[in-house]
Amino acid sequence: MARDLEQILAHVASLDALDTQGVPPTLHGFDLPTPLRPDRAVPAMDPELAVLNAPARQGTAFLVPKVLEEEG
Amino acid sequence: MSQAEKVLAGSLADQRAALDRSEINASELAAASLAAIDRFADLALVVTRQDEAALRDAEESARRIAAGRARSILEGIPVVLKHNIVQKGESATCASHILEGFVSPYDATVVERLRAAGAVFVGRANMDEFAMGSSTESSIYGPSRNPWDPSRSCGGSSGGSAGAVAAGIAPLALGSDTGGSIRQPASFCGVVGFKPSYGRVSRWGLVAFASSLDQIGPFARRVSDCAALFEQMAGHDARDSTSLPEPAPKVCERLDGDVAGLTIGLPKEYFVESGVDPGVLARVREAIAELEGAGAKFVEVSLPHTTHTIATYYLIATAEASSNLARYDGVRYGRRAKDPVDLEDLYRRSRSEGFGAEVKRRILLGTYVLSAGYYDAYYGKAQRVRTLIRRDFEAAFRGCDLILTPTAPETAFRLGEKSGDPLAMYLSDVYTVSANLAGLPALSLPCGLANGLPVGLQLLGKPLDEVTLMRVGDAFERRTPHHRLAPPAPPAPPAPPAPKGAA
Repeated sequence: MARDLEQILAHVASLDALDTQGVPPTLHGFDLPTPLRPDRAVPAMDPELAVLNAPARQGTAFLVPKVLEEEG
Repeated sequence: MSQAEKVLAGSLADQRAALDRSEINASELAAASLAAIDRFADLALVVTRQDEAALRDAEESARRIAAGRARSILEGIPVVLKHNIVQKGESATCASHILEGFVSPYDATVVERLRAAGAVFVGRANMDEFAMGSSTESSIYGPSRNPWDPSRSCGGSSGGSAGAVAAGIAPLALGSDTGGSIRQPASFCGVVGFKPSYGRVSRWGLVAFASSLDQIGPFARRVSDCAALFEQMAGHDARDSTSLPEPAPKVCERLDGDVAGLTIGLPKEYFVESGVDPGVLARVREAIAELEGAGAKFVEVSLPHTTHTIATYYLIATAEASSNLARYDGVRYGRRAKDPVDLEDLYRRSRSEGFGAEVKRRILLGTYVLSAGYYDAYYGKAQRVRTLIRRDFEAAFRGCDLILTPTAPETAFRLGEKSGDPLAMYLSDVYTVSANLAGLPALSLPCGLANGLPVGLQLLGKPLDEVTLMRVGDAFERRTPHHRLAPPAPPAPPAPPAPKGAA
């Protein structure tokens, strides 16, 4: 893996040869303004359905190992 | 060959006619397609059958046709979906262990639209894990085998979709194209593959790989079939913020077989003898002569930054992938490692166990090129070179209506030939990645055989000009027999590897 990554990084280093001073970056396929919609509540996915794929859950909440230590 | 198999192997127009004349009904056609999935199981093209949904949808379709209420040209037609396009109640594994067992709670926009058009989804196609690859070898289902020669790759990452259409499992399939993942497999399998302009087809419900490059597109055995499928699924979708607000073009009515007066550019950087298979170059030159005979004019154009496209692409695609794939953490869906000691252990082991080698390689590379201290040198630099590549096309298109190139520098390579050398695999995308970087529409269509294997011709269009590409592709098809070439059937089972030391 390390050798592969080195080889790939050596290949992409070819871009160093290009002068990109003053060239603006292209961030997306097309320059579109961020579309806005009215700030209105719309129905969302049923929570039961949304957690259907959870590896572990309690009701409609996802269960994970405890993050906070007990107090005291 | 049964009547259903014969119909299945034909064009969309033939299928439409057979269904409308009641020579066959939609349920029989779906059943034949499902049977074909099994018949070609050894090739690992369609790796998940969706019998229940397919037969239910087909029955409803048959009823609508019988009542004279067919919804569109796609009514009752079997369609294969790539394993990264979600359908409610069905799996979408992206050919990855991390999404094994996932069942989608919603439909992708393309699925919604094609179902509304009457299409019947029969199964899900094999792919490179998370669409990261050019050979459909990095898959939990094993490699897809090319129907033309099972010892060879279908290309990738949409290899299963391309192979399914070539083998006759279904007349239509959907794939996704981030750097050539529709066009290169279309080329390797001898079918038509189309990447629309960025933003033309909604990405809602397509599992994200590199969001500024990904586009869903169709596979078919005819350009006109590809156009019909594209028309039904393209157009604005408010759920995808990068979806173009313009209405999608009506392509089918514009396919008039006429190319007279069109100017086609040939980029001199693509037509170099070194690095391109001579057989591929010969077929492409014959295609040029054919179009010239039909009245098209050819001019040489230059895309000076061509040699930098692969480096630019792999920096941007891996950066975006590392961000997109951060969501697979074993918490909300997907694979979770057993008995994690704490949250970090859960994250680390779920991801380590769930992702394959190529996906890990790209996440690592993407994370590295985005990291503080390297961002400007790698990701920032690549975004600026992306602008130079886009400008190359803007300049070239001032002198021509579209650009013609080979789709891939070679015909289908052998399985295993490149899987040990990631850089060599990346370089096989040399002709296709620039369309994604510049957001252009691009079409690959068959233009003959070299060494007994299909060769793909690529047409690159101006932004949003899908119509001209389809018109030229269709006109080429009307003048040539290449689209009628089919793989030898039935394919022989793959030979076991010769024992070491054998002659």
